[in-house]
Parts: sequence; structure tokens; C-alpha cells
Amino acid sequence: MNNNLNTISNKKVMEISADGLSYRELNTKLREAAAQGIEKFKLTDVCGQRYLGTGLNKPVEIDIRGTPGNDLGAFMEGPEITVHGNVQDGCGNTMNDGEIIVHGHTGDVVGFSARGGKIFIRDSVGYRAGIHMKEYKDKKPVIVIGGNAQDFCGEYMAGGILILLGFNTHEVNFKANFIGTGMHGGVIYLGNKVETYQLGKEVGIAELDENDNNVLRQYVNEFASHFNCDAEEILNRQFIKLFPRWLRPYGQLYVY
Amino acid sequence: MKQLELVQNTFQDDKIIDACSIFGIMDTIGTRFSGEDIVKAMALMHMRSNGLGGGFAIYGIYPEYAEQYAFHIMYTCQQGRDETELFLKNNFNVIYHEEIPTRQTAGITDPPSVWRYFLDVKDNGKVSEDDYIVSRIMEINTTIPDSFVFSSGKNMGVFKGVGYPEDIANYFCLDKYQGYLWTSHGRFPTNTRGWWGGTHPFSILDWTVVHNGEISSYGINRRYLEQFGYECTMQTDTEVIAYAIDLLVRKHHLPMNIVAKILAAPLWSSLERYPAEEQILLKTLRQVYGSLLLNGPFAVIIANTNEMIGLTDRIKLRPMIAATKENKLYLSSEESAIRLISPELDKVWYPAGGELVVGNLRHPPGKTLPESVGAQLIC
Repeated sequence: MNNNLNTISNKKVMEISADGLSYRELNTKLREAAAQGIEKFKLTDVCGQRYLGTGLNKPVEIDIRGTPGNDLGAFMEGPEITVHGNVQDGCGNTMNDGEIIVHGHTGDVVGFSARGGKIFIRDSVGYRAGIHMKEYKDKKPVIVIGGNAQDFCGEYMAGGILILLGFNTHEVNFKANFIGTGMHGGVIYLGNKVETYQLGKEVGIAELDENDNNVLRQYVNEFASHFNCDAEEILNRQFIKLFPRWLRPYGQLYVY
Repeated sequence: MKQLELVQNTFQDDKIIDACSIFGIMDTIGTRFSGEDIVKAMALMHMRSNGLGGGFAIYGIYPEYAEQYAFHIMYTCQQGRDETELFLKNNFNVIYHEEIPTRQTAGITDPPSVWRYFLDVKDNGKVSEDDYIVSRIMEINTTIPDSFVFSSGKNMGVFKGVGYPEDIANYFCLDKYQGYLWTSHGRFPTNTRGWWGGTHPFSILDWTVVHNGEISSYGINRRYLEQFGYECTMQTDTEVIAYAIDLLVRKHHLPMNIVAKILAAPLWSSLERYPAEEQILLKTLRQVYGSLLLNGPFAVIIANTNEMIGLTDRIKLRPMIAATKENKLYLSSEESAIRLISPELDKVWYPAGGELVVGNLRHPPGKTLPESVGAQLIC
């Protein structure tokens, strides 16, 4: 185990090799060190440890090399996690605040039930991205995906912003089906073409208005600065907006 | 991570976070290798299983008896063994047999005795040797108490039991075996009890299946398979997948991409977007083989002597990652388990629900079959 404590740009930094550490050992270490004032963690040799960042309610930075396990940043409140590689399923599960930046791909159910914070993914994502995200007043989760999503993205979305750029991918059109199925809140922006059959019955399509364009520009700029790409090139794409047609699509479903 | 101590667990809960774990490695040019990597990969996913089942399928392990059917049989009492061995003597030429070597392993308790038999068929009469073997296995499993044939292919074998996968590997001394294709399973039983016969892989002839999920159509599938002489005796839903594959591929001569369209049939709502001819084929498959549709969530790794195949349910309710490195194809529940043993990969991909991944001994690795069905039905 290799713990190095040093100070870079006035931040107290701790380096941890995660090699052979169980998720509990690693998370306990993170929580204890954060409580003692460490502001930035550099984790190396991460391999499959789950729940990294869970229960951390301080705005610490966590830099991850390797492949973190499921539920990265679950229930997180405040930290900024950067992953140099791919991420598994359940990333940002029910996160409340903070940021996750993925220089790679994420698995299924990214941003599952998120209620705040931001997730930026350079490449594509698996099934059910942003499923059942929700928002309340100023708490509004945001997911920006550079490439494509697989089926059911935005399923049962109840709030928040899901942006699918279709930019970092070789595919011309989105292949996902059941986009926004059961959606009853929030908004999805798509930077690529879709056919009507790919959409859930509960969503409508609209052009972006001025407010939409401002929102999109803000998050595309953030995406471009994280991954060092040209925001204008992304914004030049033809975006469409998906919105929920009903607030309670299943209100009558189980009423006899 | 094995024993969660309350000291470590500040929330003092005893929540067990489980799923199942599956993993497969195939060397597509057939070079044999040890089980060290797959055991490491399975141990990394330790927390996906709960100690109530672990197992391995290994291809290429018995080159000295490559022409004989290798039966692995578990006995829960001596009488079962006596009756079974008499049955084997009457029906086969037993070329060689022995108790499968084991070593004492912490965490493996109350094991049945497990024996292996290398068998030549004496007289299969009018049926094929494979059919004869399947019938005799069903006979043993249903009529001789306390005896279960759980592996029966040539030059391959299944090793499984109640325990974590890494402990089962140690118990059966798998460090002493070499194979070109390994699959493994860590079990978290949901609907049936954890017993030795109910663990994965499930196998018939050289087919093996490891499965994460649950087959809610088990009853329908089982009754359909009974019409063709397959008897489900292992009390686990996955058993039907092994028999369904044997029926569809070996008996009905269907290619694997058609089999995928039966087990994970495209949703009716998507049918109209297929070309007209494929629509007819897909509807026909639904009509003929509707009872073999696997309902419920699943990710499976299916293997035989020539292939390792990955498949998930149509709306992908269980995880499956595929990757290649040179001649090796990997399939796993989690990407980290692949990265642990092969950090730099040539290709990593995330197959869609119902999309086949096939590694074939005679083709380049990791060829994903095209979405188009494109094959002819063989009647």
C-alpha cells in the first residue's frame, strides 16, 4: 500500500494505490482522510471496487486510474470524480451533488435516480441512462453523453437534463429504442437523428427555443472543456428536444 | 471481504449485495492454458455470489481420453454409486474411472463424492451415439436415487459445487488442468435452494451454460423439453437452457443466430422493421418454438467444443461485457474482472440485448453476428 501525502497548488493531496484493497477498506480510507482535511485523492490500480465516493459530503477531488466498480459515486454529495478509463454499471446512482467526469465509456443505468450533480461521459453509455432522474427546485441533475446510448435512455425520467451529443461515435444515427419511455419530467436534448419509432409513447419532439439553446450551450461548453474538444463544432449539430407529454402517464393504469 | 465484521461495517447492517457472476475465456486458436486467470477474475467478483454455488466448465482437459464420453457424476450415498456403476457396466465399456481428486478447502462443507468415467458406447442400436448418451443420462438422473450426471461431453468437464468459485477451484484442484476454453459461475440463488446439483454450469453432452438472471418461463420451457425426452432434475431454471440448445442445435440443426432469435426473440413491436422475408422467418420461429422463448432477465455464456457464445435477454436486464486480446475472447459480468487479468485489451464492447457474441475456433475471435437473420431454416 502506497500512501503519499503532499501539497500541490495549496491542496492537500493523498495518493493511494488501490491494489488489493476491498471497497470497504478503500472507502473507509477516503472518508477518514477527507475528515482530516485531505482535499484531493489520486487513486491508482483501481479494479472493481464499488461505491467509490459514496458517503463523501465534501467537495474533494478524486482522480481515478483503473476501472472502478459498480455504483461509482452512489449517493454522493459534493466530490468531483475524474475517471481515466471506462466505468461500470450504476455510475452516479442516486447522487445528490458533485460531478463525475468519465474519459471513456460507462455501463448501464448511469445516473440512475440522480437528484442533483453532473455527469459528463466522453464516449457512449449502456442501457437505461438517466433512468428515473428527478429534480426539485434548484436541484437538477445533468448528464452529458459524448457518443451514443443504448435502449431505454431517459426511461421514467421525472426531472433533470439528459444530453446525448452523438458526437464521439462513428454511428450516424442513434440506434437506441424506447428513448424516454415513461418520461414524465425533465428534458432530453438529442444531437443526432432519430426515427419516431425509437421514442417512447410518452415523449413529444420540439425544436429548441432560446432558453433551451442557453442551457445546451452551457453544458456543451463544460463538456468541451473537460474533454478538450470544440464546443462550436458540437453546437453546430442539429439538436432536437424531447419533452414529456404528460406529468402522470400511468395515472390511469392501475385504476379500476 | 469474506466475513463482514461489524467493526468495519459502521452501519451495522447485514445487507448482502449480490447478483451472480459469469466469466468466460476462450483461446480461439485452441492453445490450452491454466485456470489461474479465470479464478482470479471470479475472485474479484466475489461479492456478486454468496457462497451457495460456484463452478467451472473446461474444454480440452482430457486429451488422453478425447474419444470417450467423460461422465462426471455426483453421489450423495454409496448405494447410488453401486447402482450407477452397475448401470454403466451394462450399458457402456468403461475405459477408465476414478474419484475426481479434491483437496480439503475451508468453506467447502459436506461435499458429495464425485467420480468420473470415460465411456465408449457398446451398442446404441438405431439411435445416434449422442442420443443414446442423452437417454442414459436421463435414465440415471430420474431412476437411480442420489446420483446425478452433471457433465457428459468429450474432452471437456464441469466442476461445480456449493461454495465460492475460487474455493470450488481449489477444492477440485483445478490448478492441475489445462484447457482452451473456460467458463465460470458464482451463484446467488434466488428461487431454489443452493445444493451441489443446482449449481452452474449446466451441461449436456459438450454443451455448457452459465447464467446470471432468472428464467420465469422455466415451467413452459421444461414441459416443452419433456416432449423430447429431456427431464429437468437439478431444480434450477438454467437447466432448461442447456437442453434447449442441445435440442435446437444438435437435433434440429439450427445455426446459432437462429437459436438466438428463438431464445431471445425480437419484440413483436420491432418485427415490422425487418425485411419481409425475415418477418416470415421470425414469425415462423415464434409459432414453432414459442415455448422455448426465455422470459425474464438473463445473461448467459454458452459453450461447446468449438464455440463460446454470449447472449443477454432482449431488453438487457443483466450485464455482459465482451473483449478481445490477440487470440483470446473474454466475456464477463464486469469489465474490471477482464482488466484485472488483461489490462490492455484490443477491443472492448457492450453487446445489445439479444445480440450474439460468438468466439469460434475456426474464425477470428469475437465475431458478432450481423443483426440480419439471413439463414435458412433446415427442416
